[in-house]
Amino acid sequence: MIEAEGLTKRYGPTVALAGIDLQVPAGSILGVLGPNGAGKTTALRILTTLSLPDDGWARVAGYDVVREAAAVQRNIGVTAQDATVRQNLVMIGRLSGLRRRQARARAAELLDQFDLADAADRMLREYSGGMRRRLDLAAGLVTRPPVLFLDEPTTGLDPASRLRMWNVIRELVTGGVTLLLTTQYLDEADELADRIVVIDHGHVIAEGTPAELKTQTGGARLEVTLTEANPAASGALEPFASGPVHVSQDGRRLRAPVRSGGGLASTVVRALDAAGITVDDVEVHQPSLDDVFFALTGRPAELAEDRDEPSLEVARS
Amino acid sequence: MTLATLPSAVPVLRPAPSRRLARRFADVIVLTGRNLVHIAREPLQLSDVTIQPVLFTLLFVYVFGSGVVLPGGGSYTDFAIAGLLALNLTTSAMGTAVGLSNDLNSGVIDRFRTLPMWRAAVLVGRSLADLSTAALCTLIVALTGLVIGWRPDASIPAVIGGFALFLLFAYALSWGCGCLGIVSKGPESAQGVGLVILFPLAIVSNGLVPTQRMPAVLRVIADWNPVSAVTAAARQLWGNPNPSATIPAWPMQHPVAASLLWSVALLVIFAPLATLLYRRRTTG
Repeated sequence: MIEAEGLTKRYGPTVALAGIDLQVPAGSILGVLGPNGAGKTTALRILTTLSLPDDGWARVAGYDVVREAAAVQRNIGVTAQDATVRQNLVMIGRLSGLRRRQARARAAELLDQFDLADAADRMLREYSGGMRRRLDLAAGLVTRPPVLFLDEPTTGLDPASRLRMWNVIRELVTGGVTLLLTTQYLDEADELADRIVVIDHGHVIAEGTPAELKTQTGGARLEVTLTEANPAASGALEPFASGPVHVSQDGRRLRAPVRSGGGLASTVVRALDAAGITVDDVEVHQPSLDDVFFALTGRPAELAEDRDEPSLEVARS
Repeated sequence: MTLATLPSAVPVLRPAPSRRLARRFADVIVLTGRNLVHIAREPLQLSDVTIQPVLFTLLFVYVFGSGVVLPGGGSYTDFAIAGLLALNLTTSAMGTAVGLSNDLNSGVIDRFRTLPMWRAAVLVGRSLADLSTAALCTLIVALTGLVIGWRPDASIPAVIGGFALFLLFAYALSWGCGCLGIVSKGPESAQGVGLVILFPLAIVSNGLVPTQRMPAVLRVIADWNPVSAVTAAARQLWGNPNPSATIPAWPMQHPVAASLLWSVALLVIFAPLATLLYRRRTTG
């Protein structure tokens, strides 16, 4: 449904995309993961006809994004991070070619479905971040497009709004929409995507299912702080570890890679308790984008930051 | 949230196949309406075409009018209304630059560009919305003028012709301001630069004072200023005092033809230029 080969894009001396390939089969979700400036948004802009590639090609819903841009536009929904109210939903419907009555009915339907009907006629500035994002998503769905592009759908949202957004997206895809979403969060890609590509400096540096990617990056990390040093602790942790257990110099802090699973922290506490070891703190760190990056590139994600990349919301020349 | 039934259960919403021209027309209408709603909600922009015209008209007629003696005689009020209309329309053309710049910097243009709509509808819709506000401004100046004693002394078609020349000029000028809005970094700089261009354009003209006693250089500029041509044309058509009629410069001798030529020239230059600049700014 979405395919791209060798997509290349330069902004002056900056190489935003250095030839990336993408494949998103119909009805599946691809998560495009990467730090700011990695090239995620550039790729998205090309796939949604907002930018022209310098090299390579891409097809969306069977149409070439350069030569058949109008046909692509008829088949996609895009959530830009722009401002939208009921009137704007109607307007988007009208500009997509719906008749006025059709556009109004569709706007009302979407506002209902997204729990925004009560707020629909308020001014946008009264909207919370979560409401805005839901509205943005609704704006992308006006024509019920078969292909949907979401640009960082939860960046800047509080945890509750984030979970809610995830649910909305998940329900969308059970209906068979093909979806490409960009994100800076590994857990988000993990939650939502069938497959993930990791982009760095315009290159695809890893690709696979979330599970494959996690194995590649070493999974979660267990950190235990003891009340006092205990030589038996290391052995007690070994059954949980997927690699060597590291003990700090004072013997109170222990660290080990683990396969993440529900209830791990409490299991660990019980095991240590049974061995007569008292614990101050147990933490299970899920691998973050930083961990993925560190595992894949040997350097933290922050270094890849490049603020020159244009965002989807602000078009520059 | 009940989304379960949302996507594939229902087919893609597709427009009924209709003619391309009809679709383009519909896109333009939708965007014109959208821009008008925005202007109506933006108190500053709206006051530019509602309160400001009344204020300017009263201030200039009563403050300047008491000191200006027209060569050849006549009432300053009768003389000034055409000039005030020119002043208000010229300065409010800035709205086009500010509005377009706002849109370009807000992300809404990107949203439009992912929709299967006519690309140039953004520009055409903007220019038509601003033409509507120019018409509102014209109406307000004319009504204010009538209240304080302005009287055209001409046939109805001639009076309408004068207004039409003004609106044509305002429309042409808005395309020039559109170019400014596209190339400027943001609405504030569009407004700043716009003021520097439009205010002198409006003032160095025959709009508020006769040009006869201006310093030589200014006078030449004023006599060839398109704003002067439109103003003189309206005065001529409305049968109002038109001291410029005695000035030998070609545009002052043939103000109707000159204002038409100016407006058409501005349109021919700036409409394609705006389209080109817009394309440049939004492609990449």
